[in-house]
Amino acid sequence: MTTTTGPHPTRRLLLQGAASVALLGLGNLPFAPARAAANDKYPEDAFKQKNEADAIKALYGKTAEPSDKVKLDAPEIAENGGVVPISVTTTLDKVTSISFFVAENPNALAASYRIPDGTMPSVANRLKMAKTTKLTAIVEADGKLYSATKEVKVTVGGCGG
Amino acid sequence: MAIRRRDFLKGAGLAAASLGLPQLARGAETAGIYDLERFGNARVLHLTDTHAQLNPVYFREPSVNIGIGEMAGRPPHLVGRAFLERFGIRPNSADAYAFTCLEFEKSAGRFGKLGGFAHLKTLVDRLRSDVGEARSLLVDGGDLWQGTGLANVMQGRDMVEVANLLGIEAMTGHWEFTYGEQVLRDNLERFKGEFLAQNVFLTEEAAFNDAIAFDKATGRVFKPSVIKDLGGHRVAIVGQAFPYVPIAHPKRFTPDWTFGIREEELQKHVDALRGHDKVDAVILLSHNGMDVDLKLASRVTGIDVILGGHTHDAVPQPIPVKNAGGTTLVTNAGSNGKFLGVLDLTLEKGKVGDVRYHLLPVYSELLKPDPAMAELIGRLRAPHVTDWSEKVATLDRLLYRRGNFSGPVDELICTALRTELDAEIALSPGFRWGVTALSGQALTMEDVLAETAITYPETYVQAMTGGQIKDVLEDICDNLFNADPYYQQGGDMVRAGGLSYTCTPTAAIGSRISDLKLGNGKALSANHRYKVAGWASINGQQGAPVWDVVGKYLRSGRTLPERLGYGVTLKGVEDNPGIAE
Repeated sequence: MTTTTGPHPTRRLLLQGAASVALLGLGNLPFAPARAAANDKYPEDAFKQKNEADAIKALYGKTAEPSDKVKLDAPEIAENGGVVPISVTTTLDKVTSISFFVAENPNALAASYRIPDGTMPSVANRLKMAKTTKLTAIVEADGKLYSATKEVKVTVGGCGG
Repeated sequence: MAIRRRDFLKGAGLAAASLGLPQLARGAETAGIYDLERFGNARVLHLTDTHAQLNPVYFREPSVNIGIGEMAGRPPHLVGRAFLERFGIRPNSADAYAFTCLEFEKSAGRFGKLGGFAHLKTLVDRLRSDVGEARSLLVDGGDLWQGTGLANVMQGRDMVEVANLLGIEAMTGHWEFTYGEQVLRDNLERFKGEFLAQNVFLTEEAAFNDAIAFDKATGRVFKPSVIKDLGGHRVAIVGQAFPYVPIAHPKRFTPDWTFGIREEELQKHVDALRGHDKVDAVILLSHNGMDVDLKLASRVTGIDVILGGHTHDAVPQPIPVKNAGGTTLVTNAGSNGKFLGVLDLTLEKGKVGDVRYHLLPVYSELLKPDPAMAELIGRLRAPHVTDWSEKVATLDRLLYRRGNFSGPVDELICTALRTELDAEIALSPGFRWGVTALSGQALTMEDVLAETAITYPETYVQAMTGGQIKDVLEDICDNLFNADPYYQQGGDMVRAGGLSYTCTPTAAIGSRISDLKLGNGKALSANHRYKVAGWASINGQQGAPVWDVVGKYLRSGRTLPERLGYGVTLKGVEDNPGIAE
């Protein structure tokens, strides 16, 4: 399926002028180290962590506090667990990175974006989700971490009324 | 039949509501039950989930409709006596028969069938002329084009003609989507009303490939709303299609479209209707299902009334829900043409002053069929009637489908699947449509099709491990009993033949299903593979259509086992008023 760097960048992403740096990931895909980093260097250790808490610790070395200024958009029930569209926007100032964690995936850290100074803090991606899971978005702003979470259900489907 | 009318009049006094407060609106002995007291200055009539039942039907309301968490003991999760008490309906009355499962067979003899589009036409015309055409509106909440053999072979074209004659001015959809985009668009070309859906968008790929959309900027595939002039006031009707079409049905029918509840987009749209278009009222025509609508009403502001469907709940009074902007009334108008929702409004500048709501049972014996509609129905049915009128069986028991876990219709389908396809276990979807047949009633192929007519009817036989079977049951059970309504899809539990189990609805996913046993009493083993038959798979299948399998089984003249199902034992919901058995 397409990604933000695939051969067919989608119109919506182009129109949004989505956070230019990006990239993206399905947790266990190989990364281009120089472009994927939240903190200049590729956070190899963070992407290797199994669970969410360890991945957050490895990536940021601190914990996040929930904030209603982080707006996470994701479906309640995924239409296709292989490509779940998700996006984050925030009204927080001085945003330096945005990261996504899929708690039930084999490796929890799915993507981490570095947001350069002066960039609109708005990113969209599609994530692969192995099963029903908690999805967490973390926004790093002015050196602090803020989060939003949502449960995304991945179902075998069928049998609707 | 002469005494029938007396039965009806004694039983009238149907509960009405003004802003959700119960009040008995009529002196039942003196007024015909369709003579509504004049109220307000505009009237919106609401039909939903008729499932293409052109002629009057028997339809037994559920005896098991469990609500858990915040929904426990609240409408629509009340059945039987608890339902009568909550809504002030007299036992053994016509309304008790229409709204509940109590004394169903006995009452069916007294009060007859409900619904039928020729009867509905008479009732709709009367209720519209009472207030004047210019002050009234007829809307349909979807599941209009599916549910019978006729609708299936005509791919809903029959129902478009019927909708045009009935005068439906706006609708939204669910099963309509299962005919695929081309058929849907062809039908909508012929439909004289508007098809509304604020929550259907092009996928990003489809948008990039310039697929057809109502609004390319937002990617909305359909018009989200329409503004109608009712006696000089502007009323916005916003459409909300079933949010989980590509999950509950094969994705191949709607590959370019993405759905969802889309709360945020809805809020923006309602704000624009209020702020920019200066409408006096906003009504959401919803196919979310009642639990989802109740949650949505608590979170989205600016909606006066949600006219709801999908979950087939016949709820006599609107439920008022508070939110940050005020109060939204939530209704649900039953199924199969049994009921017509009547929303009388006092419209004022920029707001709704007052509301009165009736959910009128459509007692076909009290309504003269409209001749033009009766003629149209006859003409539509004529080419197929002889093919389907062959009697296939007469059964010694009441056949109904509705219920959270099982019903005799699905027990019969599962028995047919297991017998004809030689399988140990059968799975059958927990649909809520499908009509009721009385004991001793001759069953025809048309009756079989009324329980099975879908666009993906192929049967299958496959090997599944006990663990996989449990996972499927857990997954579907969560669609029904997730404590958060936004994670529910509507529909009932998948029906299991040749299998018994215990269900704890209040538990979390993964822990609700236990004690799985085969028909012979042996425990299901997690690693052993079993031969499982089924139908309505969201993956493509090649087997014979389920109606042929069921028809063959019934024609074989086998004596049915006394007890078809092996039963589901419920745990942790002993005092739940959503259980009447």
